[in-house]
Amino acid sequence: MPVLNIKKFSFTYPGVDHPSLKNINLPIKKNKITALIGPSGCGKSTLLRSMNRIHDLYPGNKYEGKIEFTDENKQISDILDIKKENEFIELRQKIGMIFQKPTPFPMSIFDNVAYGLKIAGVKNKTELADRVEVALKGSALWKEVHDRLNKSAMGLSGGQQQRLCIARAVAVKPEVLLFDEPTSALDPISTGAIEELIVELKKDVSIAIVTHNMQQASRISDYTAFMYLGDLVEYDKTENIFLNPKEKKTEDYITGRFG
Amino acid sequence: MRLLINKIFLSLSVLSALIGLAFLAWILITLFIKGLGSFHFGLFLNDLIDGGLRNLIIGQFILAGLASIIGIPLGMAAGIYIQEYGQGRYANIIRDLSDIMMSAPSIVIGAFVYAVVVVPTGGTSGFAGAIALAIMMIPVVINTTDNMLSLVPRELREAGIALGASKYKVIIDIVIKAAKVGIMTGILLAFARIIGETAPLLFTSETSNYFSLNLTESFPSLTVSIYDLANEPEEASRDLAWAASFILTVLVLIINLSGRFITRNKK
Amino acid sequence: MEKIFQKLSLSSASLVFVLLIGIFITLYTAAKPAIDEFGFDFVTNPDWNKEVSLNPTSLTDTVVDMEEDSLDGEIIDEDDMEIADEDDDAILDEDEDDMMLDDEDDAVTKTIYGGLVPIIGTLLTTLIALAFALPIAMGIAVFLAEIAPKNIANVVGIAIELLAAIPSIIFGMWGLYYFAPIISDLFGGYQVSLLTAGLVLGVMVLPFMAAITRDSMNTTPNVLKESAYALGATKFEVIKDIIFPFSKVGIIGSIILALGRALGETMAVAFLIGSIFVLPQKITDPTISIPVAMANNFGEASGLGESALFYLALILFIISFAIISIAKFYFLKKAN
Ligand SMILES: Nc1ncnc2c1ncn2[C@@H]1O[C@H](COP(=O)(O)OP(=O)(O)OP(=O)(O)O)[C@@H](O)[C@H]1O
Ligand SMILES: [Mg+2]
Repeated sequence: MPVLNIKKFSFTYPGVDHPSLKNINLPIKKNKITALIGPSGCGKSTLLRSMNRIHDLYPGNKYEGKIEFTDENKQISDILDIKKENEFIELRQKIGMIFQKPTPFPMSIFDNVAYGLKIAGVKNKTELADRVEVALKGSALWKEVHDRLNKSAMGLSGGQQQRLCIARAVAVKPEVLLFDEPTSALDPISTGAIEELIVELKKDVSIAIVTHNMQQASRISDYTAFMYLGDLVEYDKTENIFLNPKEKKTEDYITGRFG
Repeated sequence: MRLLINKIFLSLSVLSALIGLAFLAWILITLFIKGLGSFHFGLFLNDLIDGGLRNLIIGQFILAGLASIIGIPLGMAAGIYIQEYGQGRYANIIRDLSDIMMSAPSIVIGAFVYAVVVVPTGGTSGFAGAIALAIMMIPVVINTTDNMLSLVPRELREAGIALGASKYKVIIDIVIKAAKVGIMTGILLAFARIIGETAPLLFTSETSNYFSLNLTESFPSLTVSIYDLANEPEEASRDLAWAASFILTVLVLIINLSGRFITRNKK
Repeated sequence: MEKIFQKLSLSSASLVFVLLIGIFITLYTAAKPAIDEFGFDFVTNPDWNKEVSLNPTSLTDTVVDMEEDSLDGEIIDEDDMEIADEDDDAILDEDEDDMMLDDEDDAVTKTIYGGLVPIIGTLLTTLIALAFALPIAMGIAVFLAEIAPKNIANVVGIAIELLAAIPSIIFGMWGLYYFAPIISDLFGGYQVSLLTAGLVLGVMVLPFMAAITRDSMNTTPNVLKESAYALGATKFEVIKDIIFPFSKVGIIGSIILALGRALGETMAVAFLIGSIFVLPQKITDPTISIPVAMANNFGEASGLGESALFYLALILFIISFAIISIAKFYFLKKAN
């Protein structure tokens, strides 16, 4: 049973007359990493941003179809049915997101990681401290920052900032994490650290990751979806996509003939 | 609970916006009712001495126009210097000082002009008023010119130079042209601002009840006369002040809006 | 040709420099007689245009703060002085009277000027204006930057900017005839008072403050907000925890800039403050501010009175220069 099951999904931005995503059917499997690949502008981010409805910060988007979310209690709900503010908040606490550029908040390292917990109502100081520590350890950042938790997060390097953002997302114990090109702004070493981290994380969460980096997709993902011009062209186990793709388009793309 | 706080906060914010709009509406409606109530076209035909506003409106335009004639070239030239010629320290200092001058109290500028123009020339005059307004206008023009020129891509200048044009040619023919719309908007907004100024005119141009084109004597000013009229006890004077305020506001808003309209259309 | 053009632009730029220095020197020179006469005590002396008699025969009733004021005065050095015994109200009525030496009875009199009242009036009206405008302006800025849909934000934004473009004299007139009566009904007291002047001034700086605060808030990157929302934050939390801290310096700079504007505003205040040189006892009392003192007394003043007005102008110029510099160079520069 996939955590997220995207069915006949179409998406249209406000003021655009054609849909940016057309009839997408895609499962995001539990405790697996699903990579979304495809040329620029094909709709990867659009799809990812539909999964936590972050699009809805801006009014006027049109959704069609379903995105079924099976939570830890096996309750199934359609993400696209959500209308109330509190439901949005719950959804986003369950489905976290990490962006292309690191987004440290203008506060201390500790407060960054504790932020999601605090707004979710965790008040107990020791519990906060414990969970921050666990999250930082889980993102392999603890060693580097434990002696400067009260310093501003802006002082960290880009790679550290990105791991901090992951720690921040992980701290609230989400069920799904969405990554939108999380390493494209980082150097190879930081990239390696993050990739390791993501693989590590799939023990606890299900992951969808958008990436432009073919090697990255093949290194870390279990499943890969190839998108082209708003269509989902092919979805399969990662090795199948990379070793014997069924579609000509997919083959052209992964062999670098376009894109 | 969180959602409740959120709701309350957002409602307060919407409320503030409504308050802001309510004030705008209140002022405009007041102006409309009081102003239109005392408005008639005779106001444009008679001078203040005969109960009209003709000399004042023309006078105010002449003051602001003359200020523009002085202020625009100086401001633009200074803006060009800062953006195109100035290197490092000096240009930056000028930019900062001009920024400060933009927010200097207008009454102080009036006092300055009083001391350096009115006293030596022996009395208030249209020239003095125009100079005070020009001093108000210059930093605004510098600021727009500076900002708008900075938006012109460097390649454009390099392309011009590469064709063998001299620097000032490039600036005049290419850079200014490219930034024309933005600069014009800025100038219109600056004009809208100075034409509504009162404080710098109070003891520089003063005002006059009579029609005058003689810039060496006290010069009719709409805003200064509004201040005088509004403080007079007779109802008739105050009505005239309202009519004048109405005309002034409509003028300022039209100039302001057309400035915005230009940028919007050209973009 | 190139040379000429360059020289022209350089000299125009230098004009700004010359003007600012010129303003400073001119104000200082014009204020010099008053500065020499009253020194720094000018700032703490509440009496404006007050005749003190320099009566050599009466050694009683020495007024201490006057004595200090006149330490370097020429005629009075050895003598004690006595305030001509008019009461405050009488002085008020004499605003326009000229105040050179005047022989009243057998006393030689001299007029003294202190700036305390207009200085206090300026500071208090500005304070009231800020207290009133700040919360509303923040609300408007939040509304424009974060709450309203784009098209509404645009329309309301333009409306707010138009409010900022309305000449200040209009605010003054509207304030006097329409706003002040309501306020004085609500709070009691006079229609012309610190309170009404401050509030109208507040209405006037409101749009300016809202517009530049909005601009500061708009510098917060979208991703930053999105990542807070992605953690399940409410809009309020995003504004409080992300946008405000992120654009803090810019917002503070905007507020100080608005403060600088409010300090130097003349016309909106002139209609409402009452224009009398009396220290207000209550917030609903009339008083005067520096710009208004200048606007209403410059024409009639001469000699030491005019010089004292220039002294006030100099003080105002220096204060606003300092405040605007702090806003622009400390906060707003840092914000970029
Ligand atoms: N806010 C928006 N409004 C209108 N159209 C948009 C908006 N955002 C994206 N689009 C369009 O939707 C399509 C898909 O964009 P999307 O950002 O999802 O692509 P992507 O696959 O993530 O590309 P990239 O690899 O460059 O990030 C593009 O054609 C884009 O122009
Ligand atoms: Mg993308």
